[in-house]
Amino acid sequence: MARAATRAAGDDALHVGTPDVREDGVLDDDASLPLVSIRGVSKYYIRGDQVIPVLVDIDLDVAAGDYVALMGPSGSGKSTLLNLVAGIDKPSAGEIRVAGVDIAQLSDADLALWRATHVGFIFQFYNLMPVLTAYGNVELPLQLTSLSRRERRERVDTALALVGLSDRATHKPNELSGGQQQRVAIARALIADPTLIVADEPTGDLDRTTAEEILGLLARLNAELGKTIVMVTHDPKAAEKAHRMVHLEKGVLVG
Amino acid sequence: MFVPLLVLRNAFRHKLRTTLTIVGIVVAIAAFGMLRTIVDAWYAGANASSSARLVTRSSVSLVFSLPLTYAQKIRQVDGVKEVAWANWFGGVYVNERNFFAQFAISTPSYLDIYPEFILPDDERRAFLADRLGAIAGRKLADKYGWKVGDQIPLRGTIYPGTWTFNLRGIYDGADEGTDTSTFFFHFDYLNETIKRQYPGRGDQAGVFVESIRDADDAAAVSQAIDTTFKNSLAETLTETEKAFQLGFVSMSEAILLAIQAVSYVVIVIIMAVMANTMAMTARERYGEYATFKAIGFSNGFVAMLIFAESVGIAVLGGLLGIAATFPLASTFAHTIGSILSGFKVSQQTVALQFAAALIVGVVAAAIPAWRAARVRIVEGLRAIG
Amino acid sequence: MAIPIGYIGRNLVARRLTTTLTAGGMALVVYVFATVLMLSAGLQKTLVATGEDDNVVVIRRGSQTEVQSGIARLQAGVVESLPQIALSGDGRPLISKEPVVLISLPKRSSGKSANVVIRGVTPAGLILRLQVKLVEGRMFRPGTAEVIAGRSIADGFQGAGFGETLRFASRDWKIVGVFDAGHTAFDSEIWGDAEQMLQAFRRTGYSSLLFRLNDPSQFDAVKSAIENDPRLTLEAKREKRFYAEQSEALSRFISYLGTSISIIFSFGAVIGAAITMYASVASRTGEIGTLRALGFSRGAILTAFLLEALLLGLIGGVVGLIGASVMQALTISTTNFQTFAEIAFSFTLTPRIVVVSLIFALGMGFVGGFLPAARAARMKIVDALRAA
Repeated sequence: MARAATRAAGDDALHVGTPDVREDGVLDDDASLPLVSIRGVSKYYIRGDQVIPVLVDIDLDVAAGDYVALMGPSGSGKSTLLNLVAGIDKPSAGEIRVAGVDIAQLSDADLALWRATHVGFIFQFYNLMPVLTAYGNVELPLQLTSLSRRERRERVDTALALVGLSDRATHKPNELSGGQQQRVAIARALIADPTLIVADEPTGDLDRTTAEEILGLLARLNAELGKTIVMVTHDPKAAEKAHRMVHLEKGVLVG
Repeated sequence: MFVPLLVLRNAFRHKLRTTLTIVGIVVAIAAFGMLRTIVDAWYAGANASSSARLVTRSSVSLVFSLPLTYAQKIRQVDGVKEVAWANWFGGVYVNERNFFAQFAISTPSYLDIYPEFILPDDERRAFLADRLGAIAGRKLADKYGWKVGDQIPLRGTIYPGTWTFNLRGIYDGADEGTDTSTFFFHFDYLNETIKRQYPGRGDQAGVFVESIRDADDAAAVSQAIDTTFKNSLAETLTETEKAFQLGFVSMSEAILLAIQAVSYVVIVIIMAVMANTMAMTARERYGEYATFKAIGFSNGFVAMLIFAESVGIAVLGGLLGIAATFPLASTFAHTIGSILSGFKVSQQTVALQFAAALIVGVVAAAIPAWRAARVRIVEGLRAIG
Repeated sequence: MAIPIGYIGRNLVARRLTTTLTAGGMALVVYVFATVLMLSAGLQKTLVATGEDDNVVVIRRGSQTEVQSGIARLQAGVVESLPQIALSGDGRPLISKEPVVLISLPKRSSGKSANVVIRGVTPAGLILRLQVKLVEGRMFRPGTAEVIAGRSIADGFQGAGFGETLRFASRDWKIVGVFDAGHTAFDSEIWGDAEQMLQAFRRTGYSSLLFRLNDPSQFDAVKSAIENDPRLTLEAKREKRFYAEQSEALSRFISYLGTSISIIFSFGAVIGAAITMYASVASRTGEIGTLRALGFSRGAILTAFLLEALLLGLIGGVVGLIGASVMQALTISTTNFQTFAEIAFSFTLTPRIVVVSLIFALGMGFVGGFLPAARAARMKIVDALRAA
């Protein structure tokens, strides 16, 4: 069984509540339970009579407040692993426990409800609704709750302020720059106060300066608000901001 | 409030596409309504006719006439109030394209049996006093710009020669359904003229019309009249005026059925167009649907978005199409009003038009909604970028 | 340099659902269009085909149909003596003096009644009508209450089949034979002995006269002889022309109604084509930019998309025609407003209809695809590549 190779994220004072991490990356059982616990997870596709493996027997833990970068060459399975953790895909084998619940066993309908409260998404291409304003986009996840309009407004205003876009609330995505759109997406990801933030190449479509801004924002969310972030990236600069890096190659954790 | 807003904004994202689709629906729904109205008008004449009037004709065929002497005997049948007779003239006014009904009627009995033809007293008197007098319905007179006092020439086909009449009156209908596109003149004038030239052809009535005391007795009185002439030279067939008119309509039944069938074809055509629009639209938005699902919205929610958009566009087009049907119908009525009266868009037609629009919206969205509901989040996300 | 056809066709195959729906809409419009034309053609074929080139019909002046007409025996005698009439084998003039009457019969399918033509014929009448052949039973015996029925009437009306008996004019008439008139008007008639019919319907005169010309070019001479004779109030027409005229109103009505309907429907289909083509152009913006950058001209792009739209129209047209051609198996029976009599006819697919329908389909594709194709052609290369 491959173990996750870790690298100490450094004694950065911004990191609050760093969990106890053993040399081999698996958390001590008597330390606080990991937020995310992946055991023996595999994913493969069947094409005709061929079986194509994407992930093979992955074991991985993510502690609460952790900031993990999943890295690897294209085709390594990193995005697939991210999708599994986020609950938008199901593994072929194994269990994925998030806050104690094995999401691999949930039905599709339950999984949808679970995602609404437990996961915030940040995509490479922002994935905003073109017909809604920044305000409307950020408010979207709250439509699944029973909050009143006023309560929703409070939270949206707070989230937009957090990402520094209060003055752009009425703009539609096509009136915002790439960086601004990504910040709207981040606000949307935060709005329902999810257990986990999942980011897939968040800076992939941004120039260097804007990328830095976004990464800085994510780092602050992790440090100041204690948000647990799992991020897929192939940008080493982005990975530097994370606590630790997890490498995948051909569906297997390496090194 | 959020869903309607989302649906509305999404519907008009592609202004050109949505506008084209709506135009298509308007045309289809309006065409559907018009075709149904044409069929309704065909039956309207029959439906407007009375059940308290009877029509007696030769049992062999309408084309055969009955002896004038029958009038006396019919009058004596129990339950008959008044008897009149009429001959189809079938003349040509200027040229064959100007078609309208012309009858030589017994006067004043025919006018008495048809109280729904409203004629001012002075015109009625003038008509009755003039042997060559004639009266025309309002719609007919308007079409050809006739005024009281005009001379109207008709070229006879059944009764040869050129016949000129003096228009002594223009009658209006008591209510909307009354036909005002017919030309009437004196039977006596026709009869006398015919007897002079072709002695054998005189004293023949095309049909007899009777008013009865009690509408419920229609069947019994009809039977009684026919029994009177059974085994005579010319046997009769008596039925209510309504049944008589419906008989005419049923002669063109094949065509009417065809028109009705065709009216549904147009709905199918627009359904294909709309299904295409929705399929394309939905496919373009897979990334967004996947995002909705990732955030936590259900498959049903995504399907509902598509249905709502499709039904919304279809119903909007449908309402506009219904609105367009009315002016279309009245323009049409002006052009062919003399052949088909009662050109009115019925409530049932409007209800069907609305239902059709609704069904188009639902059916068009069915497969795209089903597919979008089932699209796997991971695949849908791949569609972005 | 033109864009290869393969590229154009490939896109239609790639988006199968869209192609099917769009072409399907157009197919339906073509189906309606072609069917109506076929109906009109079928009607004309039935009535126009009726009659021989050298036969002449005589009716009373001013009547448009035989039913409206009346010819006194005396006048019939005058016509009979005309020199231009051909002589039959036994030296007598080949002329048939016929009473024509309409009776009301109930249909087999609906029970509703329609008017059917009863024609009193003479042996000459049969000789004059070469198209008519007995297919079942035998000819009626003169002087009896026997009749033969045209195929459409025998099939479509109660009591008119072979071996059955009809009652009209206070008498019973036995159907002793069924005849086929080669899809002409006579298929919708019942024939009996002329004298019997005259008596039964108490007619003193005939409805029409039918005779053959010695020499077909003699028509004008005969016509003026009849129409200028002060003793006669008759008019003469070539038999074919006479029947053709009877279909004019109904045929025109069907064409007019049907064509207007088709044009209105085509709006829907054209809009469908436009929507599809706009989407096709929008989804291939990058390709267009690339093609232009490679050197293909605006004209080539325009042509490519127009061809795609035309191809859609063609598919719709072919499918619609196939559907319409199936209609040829059906027969329609309705009342001809002009003659007031029942006439049976079927759908006839002519090469002309095929061509016209395909042009109509291509036209729909062209109109629907023109603006989108123009949009594709007018794109600036840089915009197209950037938007990709």
